Amino acid sequence: MSASARIIALHLGLLVLLFALQFILPAYHHGNLARIMVLATYAVGYNILFGYTGLLSLGHALFFAAGMYGMGLTIQHMGFTPAPALIVGILAGALVSGALALLALRTVGVSFMIVTLMFAQAGYLTVLYFGEYTRGDEGFVIQQAQRILWGIDLSDATNRYFAAWALFSVSFIVSLWLVRSPFGRTLVAIRENEERVRMLGYDTYRHKLAAMVISGTISAAAGAFYGLLFGYAGASFASVQYSIFPLLWVLLGGAGTVLGPFVGTLFMFYLIDLSSGVTSAYLLIAGLALVLLTLFAPQGLVGEIRRRIWKDLP
Amino acid sequence: MTKLINGTTRRGALKTLAGAAAGATALPLWARYAQASSSEPIKIGFQQHSTGIGAAYGRWYGRTTDAAVKLINEGGGINGRMIELIAEDDGTDPKRGAEVVEKFATQHNCDVGFGTLFSHVVIGSSPRAGELKLPYFVVSEGHHVASGMLNRYTLQPGITDVKSQVQAMAPYVSENLGKKVTMIFPDFAFGHDHRDFFSAAIEAQGGEVLEKIAIPPTETSFTKYFPQIPRETEVLYHVMVGPAVLTFVKELGEFFGPSSPAIFGFIDSLEAVDIASPGLEFLEGTYFWEGNPRYAQADQTEHDKFFRAAVGVDDNGASVSDPTDVSTYAHMFGCWETLHIIKAGMEASGYQGTGDRAKLIEAVEAMTDMPESQAHPQGAKVFNGKTHQVFGHQYISRVEEGKLVRVHTTSIEDTLYPDEVDYTTQPL
Repeated sequence: MSASARIIALHLGLLVLLFALQFILPAYHHGNLARIMVLATYAVGYNILFGYTGLLSLGHALFFAAGMYGMGLTIQHMGFTPAPALIVGILAGALVSGALALLALRTVGVSFMIVTLMFAQAGYLTVLYFGEYTRGDEGFVIQQAQRILWGIDLSDATNRYFAAWALFSVSFIVSLWLVRSPFGRTLVAIRENEERVRMLGYDTYRHKLAAMVISGTISAAAGAFYGLLFGYAGASFASVQYSIFPLLWVLLGGAGTVLGPFVGTLFMFYLIDLSSGVTSAYLLIAGLALVLLTLFAPQGLVGEIRRRIWKDLP
Repeated sequence: MTKLINGTTRRGALKTLAGAAAGATALPLWARYAQASSSEPIKIGFQQHSTGIGAAYGRWYGRTTDAAVKLINEGGGINGRMIELIAEDDGTDPKRGAEVVEKFATQHNCDVGFGTLFSHVVIGSSPRAGELKLPYFVVSEGHHVASGMLNRYTLQPGITDVKSQVQAMAPYVSENLGKKVTMIFPDFAFGHDHRDFFSAAIEAQGGEVLEKIAIPPTETSFTKYFPQIPRETEVLYHVMVGPAVLTFVKELGEFFGPSSPAIFGFIDSLEAVDIASPGLEFLEGTYFWEGNPRYAQADQTEHDKFFRAAVGVDDNGASVSDPTDVSTYAHMFGCWETLHIIKAGMEASGYQGTGDRAKLIEAVEAMTDMPESQAHPQGAKVFNGKTHQVFGHQYISRVEEGKLVRVHTTSIEDTLYPDEVDYTTQPL
């Protein structure tokens, strides 16, 4: 088997495994995995910008929330059905990420982080400001009757799982294809040495712009699906905390690896879930695990596997 | 004690139980085992704000819940079964809240979920409770339950909602403090509820709101907003939530000096905060809504006395073991009362296990009058089974020598409003 075939087999194998787990997992873990797959999609989106392009955004909650509210508000106030509402959510993410990219990509490094953070905070405050429509911090419920997509009730556990799996699969395959494409390789080159890439004749600004839009759009798709699958849209998802989460997941799993976002999200979710059953100081345990990982696996879990075992893992 | 309507009574429930027991002897062995398993404890999932912005409330909700569970278990439990409390921290976050509800339903196999306070956590968690058919008893005071936003599996039988609280304040404010009101509130949903409900209520009393001053939630200094307060203001109505309230009060005092309008606020801002704290001197002589009087009053009822002792709260509303640890007394009684309602509902419905969750919902929906008692130490209440919301007396207190002294008790009728939903029409 060629190296390329092995890589494709590994990644498709994960999707097959996740599909099969639907039929095996007990109810609690079944529900968790559905949630993790949607959140991992968010991390996949984040990874394209941070892991592959080397741009550290602290404002991705803006895109996640754009998707969530683009979907939720059109259902709530305009009577949209889920399919067009999802499209609006995803387009909202593309639009917002494109607009922010035009402004934020004028900056680099710490300035880029601050600009993205500030715009995300402005987005959060906008959700609060238009509380008449968004119900501000309280948020609003997307009722069960409003969550029927092409006759499929997304509040049903099995349907929800498959919807989450479909979303994750699409983003995962797009991510794998993207990073192995010439475009993706250029992004990695930009991450490694932008000046050299520019010297070679590439328009790095356009590449970074496209990366940010793709990243923001995938994040928005995750936000839109999250709201639809779990029946709630609220301002907390636009808060700074939700900009930090995908960064943590990607760092833990392995920035610049296709598998990393999923592994990181899974690891973090169960770390919190299991440690909270042991002690009320579970955040301390989570923090300790992060410190240990940073010390002993600075490239993340999948990053370490790549470093030690599988050197051409994308 | 809880009165039931719609033909469901405790005697009826006992008859059903007796019939079921007789029938069980005729069942095959496996089915009899299922009946025998009812000696297992009743599992109550306690969704607790142990961390995050609600941590102070969560700590006291926890103490109150522990005390109520201890009392109920010492009295023989529910239908002879002990309560096993399973507490999970939701971090005062709606996403984690929904996950905790899932954990209760599908991992711990809890009979019910209970105890959530912050509205965004309730609203984020409730859809999952409804889908998993887990009876979800919230202690939130949000209007979300009665507004019809949630579902048939979500109930609020142990604490009144903000709409009824706010509306019940208007008659007293207009008759005793003044009719020209300026409102200062945080610019998010909780503040908007106050703005909308109180504006309507004071106008119904012949008063008017001169100015509505919304403070952005990230604000840390308030002096610049005070010049917006019109000169003819007779009553300043404030509700500020979060740590900024201390700065707010201090700056308000500096702005007005000795000549201020009458000031009326909601104690939510100052729950778990000592009224005698330095910087809060300006509150002397001002008025507060209290869900339950923090300081033991001169005419304290035996039930309040019992409740205080059971939870470990002194006459000043602080922990008996640490006088600086002030309780969230205006809200935490809701946990105590809700647990007693769960007990009453399970006993009335002959609750045996998770298969009877629908019967439990129907039994609670059938409740109406809840007289003041050991189970309801805050006062008498009336439950509306259609809207899943309870209604009860509200208290207005005045700060006198650094203590809150009750000056008015509203009637339950003052708190009522037309139904906005009938959850009983939704399938179980």
